[in-house]
Amino acid sequence: MRHIISVLLENEAGALSRVAGLFSARGYNIESLTVAPTEDATLSRMTIVTSGSDEIIEQINKQLNKLVDVVKVVDLSEGEHIERELMLVKLRAVGKDREEMKRMADIFRGRIIDVTDKDYTVELTGPGSKLDAFLKAIDPTAILETVRTGASGIGRGDRVLKV
Amino acid sequence: MFRVSFSQETRLKHSSVRGSKIMQLSGAEIVVRCLQEEGIEHVFGYPGGAVLFLYDELFKQDKVKHVLVRHEQAAVHAADAYARSTEKVGVALVTSGPGVTNAITGIATAYMDSIPMVILTGQVPTYAIGEDAFQECDTVGITRPCVKHNFLVKDIKDLAVTIKKAFYIASTGRPGPVVVDIPKDLTAAKTEFEYPKSIAMRSYNPVVKGHAGQIKKAVKLLLEAKRPMIYTGGGVILGNASAELAQLVRLLGYPCTNTLMGLGGYPSTDRQFLGMLGMHGTYEANMAMQHCDVLLAVGARFDDRVIGNPKHFFEEPRQIIHVDIDPASISKRVKVDVPVVGNVREVLKELIRQIEVARSNPDKEALKSWWSQIEQWRGRDCLKYDRASKIIKPQFVIETLYKITKGDAFVTSDVGQHQMWAAQFYKFDKPRRWINSGGLGTMGVGLPYAMGVQMAHPKATVACVTGEASIQMCIQELSTCKQYRLPLKLVNLNNRYMGMVRQWQEFFHGNRYSESYMDALPDFVKLAEAYGHVGMRIDKPADVEPALKEAFARKKDLVFMDFITDQTENVFPMVPGGKGLSEMILV
Repeated sequence: MRHIISVLLENEAGALSRVAGLFSARGYNIESLTVAPTEDATLSRMTIVTSGSDEIIEQINKQLNKLVDVVKVVDLSEGEHIERELMLVKLRAVGKDREEMKRMADIFRGRIIDVTDKDYTVELTGPGSKLDAFLKAIDPTAILETVRTGASGIGRGDRVLKV
Repeated sequence: MFRVSFSQETRLKHSSVRGSKIMQLSGAEIVVRCLQEEGIEHVFGYPGGAVLFLYDELFKQDKVKHVLVRHEQAAVHAADAYARSTEKVGVALVTSGPGVTNAITGIATAYMDSIPMVILTGQVPTYAIGEDAFQECDTVGITRPCVKHNFLVKDIKDLAVTIKKAFYIASTGRPGPVVVDIPKDLTAAKTEFEYPKSIAMRSYNPVVKGHAGQIKKAVKLLLEAKRPMIYTGGGVILGNASAELAQLVRLLGYPCTNTLMGLGGYPSTDRQFLGMLGMHGTYEANMAMQHCDVLLAVGARFDDRVIGNPKHFFEEPRQIIHVDIDPASISKRVKVDVPVVGNVREVLKELIRQIEVARSNPDKEALKSWWSQIEQWRGRDCLKYDRASKIIKPQFVIETLYKITKGDAFVTSDVGQHQMWAAQFYKFDKPRRWINSGGLGTMGVGLPYAMGVQMAHPKATVACVTGEASIQMCIQELSTCKQYRLPLKLVNLNNRYMGMVRQWQEFFHGNRYSESYMDALPDFVKLAEAYGHVGMRIDKPADVEPALKEAFARKKDLVFMDFITDQTENVFPMVPGGKGLSEMILV
């Protein structure tokens, strides 16, 4: 099953490689991993999307907690949560495609953030499945380039991950 | 890439530090002062360019004694054994680049067996890091998978705090090796020195006490058991809990077995002890483990060499209580019913307390029939061997070693058949007497381990059980032994084969002894003499006891005893890889 795990860790050089190293050394999957400092500059927050049996997910949680730099670990998928991902996609926009691409971006609540006479760059956020759906809806030959951040997640309501 | 550095203030904000007096010292002086503050008496190491300032400071004082090895691997092994045989943290000091890469085997060995150690490594100056400087390697990167934690000190102001953290992390929770990488320019620079008295880290808070509710459940299960079994590992040794374990086992009257790492945790000569369990465990221990209905596991991790095939293990239903300080060790290979996370000593004390006040008692009738079943298994005499042999049997050498040393020696071993025979035939009654590499299984540890033990216990009898293959992996340390006059007794079980490899080839590879024959062996007697020691060759069973007697009577000499043993002898019982615990090959 797919899990989305949030990790608060010390904002130290090498902390990311400890997490990445743990996943590769123990053979766990990483679908995506994002990290950035939090409002407290001494802490980073990482979101890891992974998959595995209940036993494996339990081990992943325990092993993450065991890392000396890790302050807190929460499996967001254990409760209500929101998940978002950002994608930038460069689309060929010439001739009749130009209007079509604009329309598609609008339908998916995307924003065109860069324009030339030949292409648009669209910014799109949402759960990963929405970004996938957008790419599916576009003629593949019109897609010049894509870049995705990987998922970030947060608990719903008063579920708060803080030190 | 995620790499954010920040100021000294923010870094210290979340690790509260309380310290003593303040003065200006160089980084090298600070390191040595930190070691003194930690009460470190011995450091095992090897100098080099990046640690010259450190060695200069070591030279100027005499509180911290440096032991010069002949290869960095041995420095780490020796410091590791120093820690295993005491309750102290072992310390090794090596230079950058090759000093570190040589140390890796030692670090990984300590990591697999959870040994508290601090390894100080020199690094090229901060301004040269990343430029492929002479003797540069990414120490923090290369050691990351085999340490509990590691640090690269980038600012001299962090040096003392980092060393304090290293000792704290190494010795608390589930212990392990911690590497502190110190660039050369930091050892020359000066700053104010203040050694923190205590330290707290928000990201690292090891559990101590076990959950009271879980312990209550454990007591209930234990007292209801019909066929109980107590299985303990290295955690009991590292957690200094053998007295509590013995108390619990006797209080309940239940059978007890130890893993390879746990030997000495419970007195081996006691009737309630079933011997070691696992791949080369006794018939009675493995059968009881397989057929018990309630299993209490303490400071052990259901390793593949211990329970064999987990699927087979679960063909018999049983309730499992697992006490361990590391939550990640629980339900890793085996699902357990009652997990108890905590310091094993604290948990055992609480278990004893609750059992003593419990209203019920163990079921005497059930226990009686369980013991009679166990005695029947014990009657199988699974460790028997040909005592009338005209060729020296390795088991006989260990039995005689036990007799001559009255079971009171520190015994280190290398890895292979001799290790298993030592574990099976030397009856350890005390913890921290049996020093070997269980997790990583590192050939070559035996001699440096013995050095570390002898350094920690100068008056003790220290024997190293080894084989002609293992001993050659760190043989250069005979020179260190000469320098420090270490009167070790080396028991070389020389069967001219990498015995365990040969045994597997005989059983599972159609007797094709591919590259396991040790051709062109040196004359070990002459070799020992060349290093300034005493060498003996023993090739008749009748000479075994006199030779051992003579060797152990030489209190001041290192004696290398080369026993020419039976080439075809195998270690029994054996649970073949992938098989279940009760599917042993027996003699």
